Amino acid sequence: MDVVVLQSLEPLIEALTSSGYTVVGPRVEDGAIRMAEISSGADLPAGVGDVQKPGRYRLTSGDDGMVFGFAASPDSAKRYTQPPRQTLVRVRDEAIEEVEQEAPRVALLGLRACDLAAVAVQDRVFAGGRHPDPAYLRRREALFLVAVNCAVPGGTCFCVSMGTGPKAVAGFDLAITELASPHRFLVETGSERGGEIVALIPHHPATSVDIDAAEEVSRTAASRMGRQVDTDGIQEWLPAAHDSPRWADVASRCLSCTNCTMVCPTCFCSTVEDVTDLTGQVTERSERWDSCFTLDFSEVSGSHVRSSGLARYRQWLTHKFATWYDQFGTSGCVGCGRCITWCPTGIDVTEELACIR
Amino acid sequence: MSAAEKSRPKLAVWKFASCDGCQLTLLDCEDELLPLASTVEIAYFLEASSAIGPGPYDLSLVEGSITTPQDAERIRHVRRVSRRLVTIGACATAGGIQALRDFADVREFAAVVYARPDYIATLERSKPISAHVPVDFELRGCPIDKRQLLEVITAFLAGRRPVVPGHSVCVECKARGNICVLVAHGTPCLGPVTQAGCGALCPAFNRGCYGCFGPTETPNTRALNAQLRRLGMSDPDLVRVYRTFNATEEPFLQASEEAEGDA
Repeated sequence: MDVVVLQSLEPLIEALTSSGYTVVGPRVEDGAIRMAEISSGADLPAGVGDVQKPGRYRLTSGDDGMVFGFAASPDSAKRYTQPPRQTLVRVRDEAIEEVEQEAPRVALLGLRACDLAAVAVQDRVFAGGRHPDPAYLRRREALFLVAVNCAVPGGTCFCVSMGTGPKAVAGFDLAITELASPHRFLVETGSERGGEIVALIPHHPATSVDIDAAEEVSRTAASRMGRQVDTDGIQEWLPAAHDSPRWADVASRCLSCTNCTMVCPTCFCSTVEDVTDLTGQVTERSERWDSCFTLDFSEVSGSHVRSSGLARYRQWLTHKFATWYDQFGTSGCVGCGRCITWCPTGIDVTEELACIR
Repeated sequence: MSAAEKSRPKLAVWKFASCDGCQLTLLDCEDELLPLASTVEIAYFLEASSAIGPGPYDLSLVEGSITTPQDAERIRHVRRVSRRLVTIGACATAGGIQALRDFADVREFAAVVYARPDYIATLERSKPISAHVPVDFELRGCPIDKRQLLEVITAFLAGRRPVVPGHSVCVECKARGNICVLVAHGTPCLGPVTQAGCGALCPAFNRGCYGCFGPTETPNTRALNAQLRRLGMSDPDLVRVYRTFNATEEPFLQASEEAEGDA
């Protein structure tokens, strides 16, 4: 794997743009670090950090000039791998029209190791098995993934427990570690097309000093996890805790609002909606994000399989951390902590799991 | 009248105690209004035309709540002449903002407001249409959302169930890409207990949700109240956020009563 050093990210952004990618990276919008379209390095959140707690997210500002000095953004890669809504098929006057789903060429700059792990989970869900989703495959192929190794994990992070971070080891085209004094970026190449982009921009080979400094960043980050989960035997003890009194306790705090599942980078559940137009001549079937926390999600023949909030929360947590293994051979959780931060009432899955155990 | 015209379903739009905003949503359909008018016969819609086509009507859209003895009688007539009756908006579906008078003595209000309160014939309570007659579908919102209105009419024409989910505003917020104003800004927001339909309009402009579409299918207002209190909201303010357009809908009523200490 080639390892080089860049003095600035500007040439990288320019090279990605000139290679036909829309560059989506971190930028400050509406009081949060969002993944949004960026056109230059000046759009990156220099000196901006974040404080993440259960149900609480705030930005901080400093003058260290670091552009990746924050933890997981509210946005993962999910919006790009699985758009919130897509039209699947259109029937016009009884003739079926296949709808070509968009697969925009997007470079996601700033994905974390947890996000890459989540993309790998989604790859198994959508592209694995006997029926790979062709639209997903085309969207994935069109994505260029630039990872950033976490330097400052958030208060709700637990990727070390889930074995997914904080250092990105696979699944990226390029992986950046931001280094201080002097400010520079160590870049690892993870794919052929990653190498082609690096070849387009001014760089010099990394020295052992650079490489040691980058390793220190990841080592320090690993020691600063805000949360942890003991996953030992979780496939057994979590499903076995079906009658734990803790479920009623957490259900009393759970809004069934779906936020945890919406921000989760691996939650993939969707529903299908059929609509007609006024003339009755055109019918459209579309797929949109849904959640196991909605009542309709478990509606079968007019009644609801999981009518209580307790049943829905238990189903979600048990699936995410335990029965996901049975289904897909991995955990459904990558330890990004988004479900904790973005739960309006601050339900903390790590705390719930500890209590249930 | 051509044969095609004869076969078009007849649409009627009725007004009870309301502000007309939901009826206006139909006129606001603009691009879809002409296709709609060629698909259905708009037979009774005083907001748009004083021409009255005879009933019975295939689909009646009813705006407004029932607040007078005359209206209680009139809604029974509307039901009799309507094959399908769909309520539109918070007034018709939940009693509306005028149901705030249910929390006090309406006779006292009348005495304060009118020079001759004895001329005023009003019911004790402002009630939704469903409290008086059977309703086929209730479309929420203050005002209703025009896409949802068109969906309900279209679904009626196709004889299918309307795609009007009962989940929270949060689903629409996340799909739209809004930041959560409650978590990121500490802004009080009723989105987690409010039914979607508006497209998460207020949070898209960094405002908390005002609850215009009423409670979700399974609202946990007690949990939200606990969080809003942690954000510094006082109990009187909590009472106020639930007592707006859907104040007497049971989950919002319970939520405000809980904040008042009555629950």
